[in-house]
This record gives sequence, structure tokens and C-alpha cells, in this order.
Amino acid sequence: MSEPLLPPIGMLAELTHRCPLQCPYCSNPLELLKANRELDTQTWLGLFSQAADLGVLQVHLSGGEPTLRRDLEQLIAGLSARGVYTNLITAGVGIAEGRIEAFAEAGLDHLQLSFQGARPATTDRIGNHKGGHEKKLETARRARAAGLPLTINAPIHRHNIEEVPEFIELALSLGAERLEIANVQYAGWALTNRDQLMPERAAVDRQAEIVAAARERLTGIMNIDFVTPDYFAIYPKPCMGGWARDAFMVAPDGTVLPCHAAQTIPSLSFERFGPRSLAEIWTDSPAFNAFRGTDWMQQPCRSCERREIDWGGCRCQAMAIAGDAAATDPACAKSPIHARMAMLIDEAQRAAAIPSNDEQFVYRRIGVVTEPA
Amino acid sequence: MMALRERALVSPRSVPSLPKHVRIQYDPVRQAFAVLSPEKIFWPNDISLDILRRCDGRSTVGHIIAGLAADYDAEQEAVAADVVAFLQEWSDKLLVKL
Repeated sequence: MSEPLLPPIGMLAELTHRCPLQCPYCSNPLELLKANRELDTQTWLGLFSQAADLGVLQVHLSGGEPTLRRDLEQLIAGLSARGVYTNLITAGVGIAEGRIEAFAEAGLDHLQLSFQGARPATTDRIGNHKGGHEKKLETARRARAAGLPLTINAPIHRHNIEEVPEFIELALSLGAERLEIANVQYAGWALTNRDQLMPERAAVDRQAEIVAAARERLTGIMNIDFVTPDYFAIYPKPCMGGWARDAFMVAPDGTVLPCHAAQTIPSLSFERFGPRSLAEIWTDSPAFNAFRGTDWMQQPCRSCERREIDWGGCRCQAMAIAGDAAATDPACAKSPIHARMAMLIDEAQRAAAIPSNDEQFVYRRIGVVTEPA
Repeated sequence: MMALRERALVSPRSVPSLPKHVRIQYDPVRQAFAVLSPEKIFWPNDISLDILRRCDGRSTVGHIIAGLAADYDAEQEAVAADVVAFLQEWSDKLLVKL
């Protein structure tokens, strides 16, 4: 190890893979777990308690759709009792009357609500859920009425990139403190649907200008976080802030992972909470140690002055595109295969130009894909 | 329900407070005070922490400056510039309400 092992700060808990939406860029794995594989209430509470002991200060409750867990109030209360900052990441459709208020009462600190489009037709089409947009608007209103701080999350791709100005207005009109303009990351279902989702270069450039201007205009009014599109980048993102450096995630069955897509790296095997404690997994798991720090790096990362800024980028993207999880993230201009990103963008544009291909999404559903693509 | 919000500017009469989505908390694991917010966690130094703790929704910026100047045995004017700049930055990030 090139630096001492620090305790984790953040944890993403994917409480379930069940979801009323079928977004074709879902970051869940292609092999979705059914409800009977989910951890029970007591196991989650035990895991949260261990996480707090370990140093986790912030837990993002996600899924699938976390509000499908009937015990969500209890889970929030458990975290809140330990002083952990809780952020609920929800699609905001089908949340029963009174529950948002109950989440707030249980100690929820913040709610993040996704919108698949700024226009109702876009939201409903991308999520493949009729009437979804209206329900989300209602969820936002109820969250504000319950006194919950609100972030609007907008996953961006070819089919809604032109709606970015409308997303900004939507978030303002809903009273959000924060808006995430998050360009889709091509892992999970998004990798399967990459050709359908990849935006055009001109649209990406326009988007960057619009976001920069809005950030300036809305200083002190609404924060805009901009997750830029990897394939158009010069430097890679420090995925998860560095592999197993200060955050991790837990799948619905208790599998503890360094990131969403880590299971796409075939050389690694991951351990489950229960048989092993969180502390043991964080400290000793070979999968967590595989890409920690900088010792694992190859050139050009190894001698790069940005190696402790980017941490080599995304291991799963290196796996998916370079075929080697220890390679430099091809999003980096210094990667020997960086040019492949531009080729993949062009390929996607050609594929999308064939009318019969456009919008032929593989919607996210349990059982659609049995083998990792 | 279009919220007509405006950027708040720090004045001596501002009464800063921490918004609901921000809280200061002692972390026994790292033995330090953390500021928790929706996506980010901050580790304020002693002076920043002193300012943030005085953002109690009752004290004016003027009072906060006077209190800090007394505690640090410093000139009010020198303290004022730093406090105003700090609070403006934190307000602009929506981490402090004015």
C-alpha cells in the first residue's frame, strides 16, 4: 500500500433491485436480484451499525427503488440514531400517502429525486412508466411540504440532452437546493444500450455551455453538480474517489462492493456481509485491495502526476473497453487506446442514424438478460 | 409555485444559520468535527468551525465578528473581512443560510 488505509466515509446501500421504472441506463447489474435475495430488516440494521462504527458518516439509500422496502422508515431511524447522514435516492413513483412524512420523522436528512425527462413524455418513455412524471412532481411537492431538502437528479443522454435548460427550470420551480446534471455512465444497463444513449458531440458541447452559464446565474440559489460524459473527456473521473479509498456499496443480498459495476471484473470475487464483518471486508478483502492506492498501476498511470487525483479512473471502464481492469481508464487522453472512445461515439451515431435502431432500448427488467453482456 | 429566490449577500445585519440539510457533527473515529451535507463532507479548521458554530440563527454577522475578535484577541476589521468572505462562500454553496 502506498498510503495508510483510511476508514470509509460513505456507503451506498442498494436495498432492493425491484423498481417500478425500467430505465435503459440503470446502474444495477444486468443480473438483477429478486426480492427473496434481499437482506432482512435486522441484517440491514446490523450492517448500518457496523458501518457507523467503521467511520461511515453518510449513507445513500438506493436501489432499485428503496421505497419498495416496507421497512424503510425503520432503516432510516436506525441510521439516524447513530448520527449517520441519510440520503434517500428515489424514483418517486408510487410512494404511499404519508410515507414521505414518515421518512422525515424517522430522521431522513435529504431526498434525491430522479427525473428521466424535463417533459412528461420523455420521463414516461425513458422510465417506461406511464404517468411517472406527474407522480414525481407530486413526490417533490410532498418532500418540500415535509420540510425535506431536495436534489433533482437528471441522468442525461441523447434523448434528453436538449432538455437540460428545462431541467434547470424544473428543479428551480420545485424548490430544489441542488440539481445533478449527470451524464450517463456506460456501465450496467447503459453499456448494453450505449449506441441508443450516446449523445452527439455538438450536443455535449452545448450542454457544457448551458450548465456553466446556469451555475454562474444561480450562484447562491441552486447548486448544480455536473457529471460530465466520460467518452468525451480528456481526463478520467476518480471513480468512487479511488477504488475502496473512502466509500463502498452494498448490493441487496449483502454483497459488499467497491463500486456499482465491480462485479463485471471477472478476476475478482466479492464477499457478503454476514459471513464476514464490514470491517474485515473493508480491510482484508482481496477485491478491495486489488486496486487500492497506486501500487497496482501500469504505465502511463504509474508515473503520471495525476495518479492521486484520478486514481487511474474507472476500473470497470478499463475492463469493458481495454479488456484489462488494471489498464488506464480509456477516458484518459494518455491511455494508449483513448482513440477508441471517439470511435465508439462515432459508431453509436451511425447506429442511431438507422431509423429502426433509434429508441430500441433494452429496458431494465428482471430476467431480460441472464448472462452479463 | 415558482420559487423566486435570490442570491443572499452577507451584511453586518445578516443572521446566518445552518440550513436543514447541513449539520456539524463530531466524528469519534477521526476525532474531528465534520460538516455533513447532501453529497459532500467538509472538515473545517478551528477558525471555520468557530464561525459555523456561531451561525445559530440568532446572532448577527456583526456580533459574530465582535465575538471572534474578542476570542482571538484580533482587530475587528481584520476578522470582518475573513468572516464575510467565508460566509459569502458558504452561502453561495447553500451551506449557510443568511
